[in-house]
Amino acid sequence: MASEDIWILGSNMTKFGKHPDEDLVDLASEAAMAALADAGISMAEVGIMGVGSLMNASAGIGQQLQKQIGQTGIPVYNVANACATGATALRVAIMAVKAGETDVGMAVGVEKLAGAGLLGQAGRGAASDTWEPSGRFGAVGSTEGRIGTGIMPGVFAQVGMEYGHKYGGTSFELFAKISEKNHAHSTLNPLAAYQKRFTLDEIMNDVMIAYPNTRPMCSGNCDGAAAMIVVSDAKLKTLSKRQQKHAVKISASVLTTDPYQEACQVLPDVNTLTRNAAKQAYEQAGIGPEDLDLVELHDCFATAELVHYDNLMLCEEGGAADFFESGAPWRDGSMPVNVSGGLQSKGHPIGATGIANIHEVAMHLRGDAGDRQIKGAKVGMAHVIGLGSACGVHILEKSAA
Amino acid sequence: MAAKKKAPAKKAAAKKAAANKAPAKKAAAKKKAPAKKAPAKKTAAKKAPAKKVAAKKSAKQIPFVDYLVLGDRPYLRAQECKNCGARFFDRRNACASCFGTDFKNARVKSAGIVTSYSIVTVGPQPFVSAIVDCGGTSVRCTLVGVEPTPDHVSLGMKVKLTTYSMGKDAAGVEAIGFGFAPA
Repeated sequence: MASEDIWILGSNMTKFGKHPDEDLVDLASEAAMAALADAGISMAEVGIMGVGSLMNASAGIGQQLQKQIGQTGIPVYNVANACATGATALRVAIMAVKAGETDVGMAVGVEKLAGAGLLGQAGRGAASDTWEPSGRFGAVGSTEGRIGTGIMPGVFAQVGMEYGHKYGGTSFELFAKISEKNHAHSTLNPLAAYQKRFTLDEIMNDVMIAYPNTRPMCSGNCDGAAAMIVVSDAKLKTLSKRQQKHAVKISASVLTTDPYQEACQVLPDVNTLTRNAAKQAYEQAGIGPEDLDLVELHDCFATAELVHYDNLMLCEEGGAADFFESGAPWRDGSMPVNVSGGLQSKGHPIGATGIANIHEVAMHLRGDAGDRQIKGAKVGMAHVIGLGSACGVHILEKSAA
Repeated sequence: MAAKKKAPAKKAAAKKAAANKAPAKKAAAKKKAPAKKAPAKKTAAKKAPAKKVAAKKSAKQIPFVDYLVLGDRPYLRAQECKNCGARFFDRRNACASCFGTDFKNARVKSAGIVTSYSIVTVGPQPFVSAIVDCGGTSVRCTLVGVEPTPDHVSLGMKVKLTTYSMGKDAAGVEAIGFGFAPA
């Protein structure tokens, strides 16, 4: 029986940042065509597409993309899953290949967010002159500021502070240091939206958005696209030695949602589903956290990165602050985390993020990560979380060939 | 921590549509000032009573959200799953934890501790968003009666429910909001 392994045959991401002269379809096309070239195949061989662009979820972006790069009549699944949209698109392609419906799948994620403001709960329109209950809570006005906050920097600030309440050891400075690390890492990544190193003082004294997250501690809204070609093991065996050597194995591909927890209705629980996804992924891959050479995790805010050290079991339970202080997640540490710069510095074009973080890991495993290469990387993990929630975890392994 | 205990899912529990809905407390708000306008061009004498009605309504209060119960001792009311005890502030078709379909009103404890917070400093004015553990039920709220600076807020601080006037609308109805203040 043929192995059921799935391989990344080709991968690409555009530079993240401002692309005023390219629209959504231009960006998606650039990444998709580059991924095909990287894979050494053409659209004629692609059997399925999973495509996502969260802010344009009803635009039929997959079909628009086909019209730019090749209309072959294959099925397109346009997906939306908050910040996990890209990983969801990839999961669709992987599942189709795994199910035997096709041997070659393409996943594309794209977003244009440069200049977008705060994301999260929008205020209600102009107040009417009478108190009118509306919505599921029968609120007579906007709840923002009256019943806590729904804006993302505030929600994720609370995620980090909750960890501090539970385990201690956190502080404004600790969270700022996490951001300092990621901004330092991105100086080596030419694809990052920001490549400016910040001192700890600069980070702590920048504009406060939602304590303890200052502006550089928040993910950067920007434009970008990422695309990936996945193939079955059987297909890979028919390809050239060069392609086989180039391929990266997907040892685990998992998507979870948040199971019920007591407090989840008032503060999204981003922990349980991440921990569940990580557990499943380690099991699928047959490895443990100690085997990882690098991790790209969803640092949408500095406060979020901390909790995911724990959720992904990179440290012992409750030990995330010590783990960071040990220097482990710096690129020269024992467990490099977000060597791309992460969402805080590489940027966060939502739909692209869930593929771009897998792309980053794949490049290191191939030895194609340039100046930021983690030497000798053989196994890596990519994590993404979309609030609501959906969590994608992928474990990749260097090709044995 | 978690208030609920795992219990086997109840199968085919009697459908009680009413149980899925938060008790309607909305009637008060829906009623706008003078319900039926008297035909225009009436004498001033005719208008007077209408104004009186409006004045009478000004005594009315409406909670900012329907899970805030007003009265001498205001409290937050949750929908509690009769099967597993999970609590929700909005209506559920079935319990997210055990899928049970029977719910009852439950009074949430008014004292609690801050388990998480953020000081939101974008927007018109800074405020403290917090999660408060009220005896096993987590509540999202804004802290009131406290300076919105890191020096004045701390994890684990004791707080209690309080209410405040949000002002009256054109019909004289006063909205009452809630927050948690240092205990």
